[in-house]
Amino acid sequence: MNIIISNTAGTPIYEQIKEQIKAAIFRGELKEGELLPSIRRLARDLRISVITTMRAYNDLEQEGFVVNMQGKGCYVQSQNADLLREHKLREVEKHLHASVVAARLCELSDDELLNMLKYFMNEEDEYE
Amino acid sequence: MNNILELNGVFKSYKTFALEDITFALPRGFVMGFIGPNGAGKTTTIKLILNMLQRNAGTIKVFGKDNIFYEQEIKEKIGVVMDNTFYVDEWSLKDIERTLKPFYKRWDSGKYNSFLSDFRLDVNKKVKEISRGMKMKLMIAIALSHEADLLILDEPTSGLDAVARNELMEILSEFIEDENKGVLFSTHVTPDLEKIADYITVINNGRILYSGIKDDLLEKYVIIRGGLDVLDDEFKTKIIGCREHNVGFDGLIDSSVLPLLPKNIITERSNLDEIIVRFNNWRENK
Repeated sequence: MNIIISNTAGTPIYEQIKEQIKAAIFRGELKEGELLPSIRRLARDLRISVITTMRAYNDLEQEGFVVNMQGKGCYVQSQNADLLREHKLREVEKHLHASVVAARLCELSDDELLNMLKYFMNEEDEYE
Repeated sequence: MNNILELNGVFKSYKTFALEDITFALPRGFVMGFIGPNGAGKTTTIKLILNMLQRNAGTIKVFGKDNIFYEQEIKEKIGVVMDNTFYVDEWSLKDIERTLKPFYKRWDSGKYNSFLSDFRLDVNKKVKEISRGMKMKLMIAIALSHEADLLILDEPTSGLDAVARNELMEILSEFIEDENKGVLFSTHVTPDLEKIADYITVINNGRILYSGIKDDLLEKYVIIRGGLDVLDDEFKTKIIGCREHNVGFDGLIDSSVLPLLPKNIITERSNLDEIIVRFNNWRENK
């Protein structure tokens, strides 16, 4: 698994780590029962704060992606289909929300925004 | 929590400068950046921790023990890197080992020599013959050779080039992989620290402005920029270190008030330099 951190991206580093580990789980690159790099080792490799790494791992544990065994490390949890779908849905919601915020900023009307959405939906369908 | 270093209500006053109520704690296993402008009191605080200066009030505990009462025992396990070495110019790196070894119970000659060779330092070279960056590495080699658990670095990177600063960061991230260690790192050059520090303590004019988790600090404050038309007096009081210019303004703001702000304002993630500068301007204008 690769974890590539951008220091200039707007997203906080713990979020980047979290998303990349999640993505690796979704892709099946990290399999159930697999051991993640230790928090301190990952912090050293990425040259980032231990606390930042801990926060990413804690979030992953709370969201049910990994389980932390005291003194042993973090293991990938088994994933059910519902959880995967839930994740994708949240992703969609997040981006839609961001689009609405951006549209309001430049005073786009609701119709214009909906048309734009339809346009992209059509475009995507044509590709398939 | 198990604190490797703890200061509580520490005061120290001079004729023209005073440290007031210095309180912060570094939990074992983490790196703390100690930041602030020049003359803010960083070195004074570090000298108080090392009992090189006498405090007027307060308590300082290292490894949970009073830093004066247990000075000998504590110093066995502290490694110090200052912005300058205290070693005699004429000494070779071999002489340094011979001189320091008797002071430490846990001195390991094998380690000293292996660090020197890792850092490409020649044991036969004299102190006066090596560069600043090498002196810094020499001090680190000494600290690591007596198996220090707490590293205290006072402006270790000042005057160092990017290569040497990067080497230091590499050494520190390796050091802190051991969860029993701790690092207190004072600096006014923050970008290096921005990445590896777990905790940040901000000092300004002898007072602690913030001490806590770095990520929380960077999330607490946001840089804002906007046009003068939205900048009224009430808004201005919320901005820390506001700078007005002909075509707009910029400043720092507590992220909790963000939702109340006018919409056409640009926000950006803050960084440690920005926080130091804005707080300093804010204090000076008060």
